[in-house]
Amino acid sequence: MTTNVYVPCDAIALALGADDVATAIADQAAARALDVRVIRNGSRGLFWLDPLVEVDIDGVRHGYGPVEADDVASLFEAGFLGGAAHPLSLGPVESIPEFAAQTRLTFARHGVVDPRSLDDFVTHGGFAGLRRALTLSPDELLVEIETSGLRGRGGAAFPTGIKWRTVANAVATPKYIVANGDEGDSGTFADRMIFEGDPFCLLEGMAIAARAVGATHGVIYIRSEYPHSIATTQAAIDAARSAGWLGAAIAGSELSFDVEIRVGAGAYICGEETSMLESIEGKRGTVRFKPPLPALEGLYGKPTVVNNILTFASVPWIVANGGAAYAAYGVGRSKGTLGVQLAGNVARGALIEVPFGITVRELVERFGAGTRSGRPVRAVQVGGPLGAYFDNAGLDVALDYEAISDAGGLLGHGGMVVFDESVDMATQARFAMEFCAAESCGKCTPCRVGSTRGVELIDRISAGTRREANHEQLLELCDVLEHGSLCALGGLTPYPVRSALRLFPGDFGLVTDVAQ
Amino acid sequence: MTFIWNELRDLRDAVDLGTPPRDGQPVTLSIDGVDTTVPARSSVLLAATIAGATVPKLCATDTLECFGSCRVCLVEIDGRRGYPASCTTPVESGMVVRTTSEQLVKLRRGVVELYLSDYPDSDIDGGWSQFHTTLAQVGLEEGLPADHPYRGGDTHADVPVDESNPYFLFDPAKCIVCSRCVRACEEIQGTFALTIAGRGFSSQVSPSQGESFLASECVSCGACVQACPSDALIEKSLFPEGYHRADPR
Ligand SMILES: Cc1cc2nc3c(=O)[nH]c(=O)nc-3n(C[C@H](O)[C@H](O)[C@H](O)COP(=O)(O)O)c2cc1C
Ligand code: SF4
Ligand code: SF4
Ligand code: FES
Repeated sequence: MTTNVYVPCDAIALALGADDVATAIADQAAARALDVRVIRNGSRGLFWLDPLVEVDIDGVRHGYGPVEADDVASLFEAGFLGGAAHPLSLGPVESIPEFAAQTRLTFARHGVVDPRSLDDFVTHGGFAGLRRALTLSPDELLVEIETSGLRGRGGAAFPTGIKWRTVANAVATPKYIVANGDEGDSGTFADRMIFEGDPFCLLEGMAIAARAVGATHGVIYIRSEYPHSIATTQAAIDAARSAGWLGAAIAGSELSFDVEIRVGAGAYICGEETSMLESIEGKRGTVRFKPPLPALEGLYGKPTVVNNILTFASVPWIVANGGAAYAAYGVGRSKGTLGVQLAGNVARGALIEVPFGITVRELVERFGAGTRSGRPVRAVQVGGPLGAYFDNAGLDVALDYEAISDAGGLLGHGGMVVFDESVDMATQARFAMEFCAAESCGKCTPCRVGSTRGVELIDRISAGTRREANHEQLLELCDVLEHGSLCALGGLTPYPVRSALRLFPGDFGLVTDVAQ
Repeated sequence: MTFIWNELRDLRDAVDLGTPPRDGQPVTLSIDGVDTTVPARSSVLLAATIAGATVPKLCATDTLECFGSCRVCLVEIDGRRGYPASCTTPVESGMVVRTTSEQLVKLRRGVVELYLSDYPDSDIDGGWSQFHTTLAQVGLEEGLPADHPYRGGDTHADVPVDESNPYFLFDPAKCIVCSRCVRACEEIQGTFALTIAGRGFSSQVSPSQGESFLASECVSCGACVQACPSDALIEKSLFPEGYHRADPR
């Protein structure tokens, strides 16, 4: 009987030597004349265990990790194909506490399936959402999305149902579906995991969107730094097209929809939706003013749904199980689950899918197991490079768009970057301004000039030159950036800067009572 | 002399509606409490100008499509978050717009301070460009105070003047990167001789091809010079003795 052994092919696992492990397993099996099939799955998102090798024993996946090529011989000797004990054995993967405590809806198939196998996808519930969507009217479909409470996972958390309905109501044709996979936020990788772990799920979500709004053409914008993502997603598109899940008359229905990949231009600002549309149209990636909204005048001036990869990937589950089932998870106006990405100085870097409502502290301490250095957590930046910092005392804030916004932050794309006591928050604040200066498209003046002035002011504050005057000016500059910028790059840069100033004035050499 | 230029400037400003006039059904909105009726698809900036409000503007002019980059035309609109740019916001029936408030005054001034932080002091006094009008509108006609914290930072004061075109020159130190020249070349002349090169702080007007204006596709029509609000692009004939930058501050 053939034993199935899974070795992940996700970029992180590859960087940790997964290919060598896969080769070593195949070689050892051949040398021992054992009937082993090595399957390349996506990542489970438990990166501290990667490469996580799994053996399928009577339908239960037993884990061993982190495995290096040199460990493989000893795994065979111990009898890992039968699930035997070994210093690296982890028991059934789905019972690993950090995994078992998650709610995997969007990432349900992640690490389970071979991302390039359409059969695997379908066997594990793939296309159930699209099949149901084809039995619903576009309006019924929109109602499901509205009922789910799904909000955009790319940053602004805009209700997806409202966006789709705007496009559905637009009269102009053709209409487009654009999936934003520019994923420029430091410490985020959820989009990459979809591309490399379950790309058919993205295609299914986009096709459902096409059905809902009447679009015929889709574009997936993938950042150029993601070569594995581009390859895996292209393979999925080809496979879906050959099987009739893309192209004319999908699954025998009247839905015709096809997608193509566009590789990003390598600038953070190309993740901003209007800038991305310019880039797809072959122009320099600068921001367009709004209105007109992309929903009405988007790609080539036509009605366009622009959503993040995670947003689309959340849709198949919603349509298959009903919007109400999704909305049963979460709190307040934050419905469903979020794939939180733990990075930075964290003991257990991971993708953790949980319902909204859990605290940031639980994510960092229970799932992330605190800092990698073992020192106390001093700060966590929530929501990417434009998100606010939280100090240790502030970590009890709930994973909830409104709660985080009330605390002066934003949830963004769900990235959390952890820092220990050695971090200098003045350096971090400077980094935020520097980032804005480096990534500014240069169109509007607050960001174009202000970001450079911000770096200079912080340098002077740190150097102790006219500290009070420069501090006051920095706060004024933050107001001008927030309220005057054309897009959220300039508009949100004040978040990390102000939070660092407010929570850690000592790092800037500012006495506490001045900062308050 | 200054008097004449002031009159000319006033005249020009009096007729610059900010954005191109549109045809359309009449739409009535409130500007600072005054009901104002303009054709649909007009901008809030145009409506405000017609209503007699003074909204500063740098990147907008009624011969070019709006662009939304300079951020000095910000206003407050009931029911809208933040401070929308009036030049890119289309009018809507029943809209309630305020063109001035304590916060708007502060914000516009804050934006203009950023411009001044990268503009030669020597060109502020006695200047008569639209940029100077804007300075006066936000109360910064004297320039940035001597002890302003923005002073001493990076500037474009050292970027060389391009005098290659026989009729006009380009002084990057005075350029406020509003893109009016680029857009004028495209929209009025139908040539694509100019572009903005670089990103962020290093964004700069540049001939699309070649190193200089002369080597570009420029046909010397002067549309860009006409459009420039800050005299960064300026006729050479105004400098019979040759163009000399004053000492950088
Ligand atoms: C500077 C900047 C960078 C952005 N980068 C991304 C990105 O990499 N991916 C993304 O999905 N959205 C990004 N966004 C947000 C998009 O503009 C847009 O809101 C989003 O793609 C809409 O999809 P959603 O509604 O599903 O979130 C960025 C926004 C800004 C201002
Ligand atoms: S805020 Fe920055 S990135 Fe956004 S439009 Fe302005 S210059 Fe461009
Ligand atoms: S040269 Fe004049 S018109 Fe052109 S961008 Fe600079 S300031 Fe604007
Ligand atoms: S005049 Fe409106 S942004 Fe420049």
